[in-house]
Amino acid sequence: MSFEPFFLSFKLAAITTLILFCIALPLAWYLSQTRSLAKPFLETLTALPIVLPPSVLGFYLLWALSPDAAIGAFFEEHFGIKLVFSFSGLVVASCFYSLPFMVQPLQNGFESLNQHMIEASYIAGKSRLKTLFYVALPNMKPALLTALIITFAHTVGEFGVVLMVGGSIPGETKVASVAIYEMVETMEYGTAHIYSAIMLALSFVVLLSVYFFNALQKRRRF
Amino acid sequence: MVDITIQKELQGADGTIELDVTLSIQKGEFLAITGRSGSGKSTLLRIIAGLEDANGTIVVDDEKWLANTYKLAIQKRSIGFVFQDYALFENMTVKEHLLFIQKDEKLADELLHMMELEGLASRYPKNLSGGQKQRVAIARALMRKPKLLLLDEPLSALDPEMRIKLQQELLELHKRFKTTTIMVSHDPAEIQKLASAVYELTAGKLNKI
Repeated sequence: MSFEPFFLSFKLAAITTLILFCIALPLAWYLSQTRSLAKPFLETLTALPIVLPPSVLGFYLLWALSPDAAIGAFFEEHFGIKLVFSFSGLVVASCFYSLPFMVQPLQNGFESLNQHMIEASYIAGKSRLKTLFYVALPNMKPALLTALIITFAHTVGEFGVVLMVGGSIPGETKVASVAIYEMVETMEYGTAHIYSAIMLALSFVVLLSVYFFNALQKRRRF
Repeated sequence: MVDITIQKELQGADGTIELDVTLSIQKGEFLAITGRSGSGKSTLLRIIAGLEDANGTIVVDDEKWLANTYKLAIQKRSIGFVFQDYALFENMTVKEHLLFIQKDEKLADELLHMMELEGLASRYPKNLSGGQKQRVAIARALMRKPKLLLLDEPLSALDPEMRIKLQQELLELHKRFKTTTIMVSHDPAEIQKLASAVYELTAGKLNKI
């Protein structure tokens, strides 16, 4: 039995989480502070991956990232990166798919902060960046942890989008969820059981750790 | 010297009111503003701090903070602001609060001493009483040696005994630092004790009492 699909799943999740954190942090901060009319539109775009069937998202990504389309052609020409049926393509797809799971907890975290506290930092002469890192983020650790862990877990749990954009190339795009699907197709129920049990146990432990940490934080606060 | 002329439309509980204020404050003066809730007192302080937009001009010691379309960034205004709800940084100890504003150990120690906070220097806000929290907020506001100190109903959340004690401390701080101060308050005794001039804000207009 090979654990390569698990390794791929976790590698994909780790890279996606890292990239999304860098993208979502300024976006969530902006959404929490702005009163602009652009806010509902940005919020809608961000939330779309939650309601869209993964096949729809996968189809559009496949279409946009293929070498025949502008984006796919650009990446292949300038960086030599193939974005469909490759690991790089999975990373791009995952970033779209998991975006709301990073943005929403961060935005909620920022919005639940006492705005006077943020203003007090500005009045003290601190820039937006300094306020973000020294005042806002340290006071929303549960939201921060939730965003990181849920994004990671959600990426590990991806199936439809990765199958459509990545296919099932061993060692490249065959992540755990795809591997299990194939085992069931080929009636390798024994291995499918082991794989599924590992996924179930890991997901349980990850979620439990988030909820446990958040419960502890609440206790300490009051 | 602080010169303020501002206009802003406010959506109050009784419909729209036009905040239209002209105010001149001498250096070192302690001025109080009173008035019904919803009359725009807090908004006025927030406009001066740059937290809200308005039309008009604000000039502090020949420095323009607001002039029609020009608006000096909040960060660049030499201001101390004390909120009614303290607005402390929950992740910082009392001493860290002061040093975050300015890395001036000497001034921090002096303020801690004046505000009787020395014994609490390494405590976090969640382990402080209301009165102690507000002392930290006042000390924090003075750490920048601001040209203008804005107090938005600073003591209204405290019990009467603590109020009187903190009024005394505010008075001593004003003697020591001579910071030009605008305080919003509902308490006539407090105003009498601290302020040298009192204005009432009614329906968006400021009248001297």
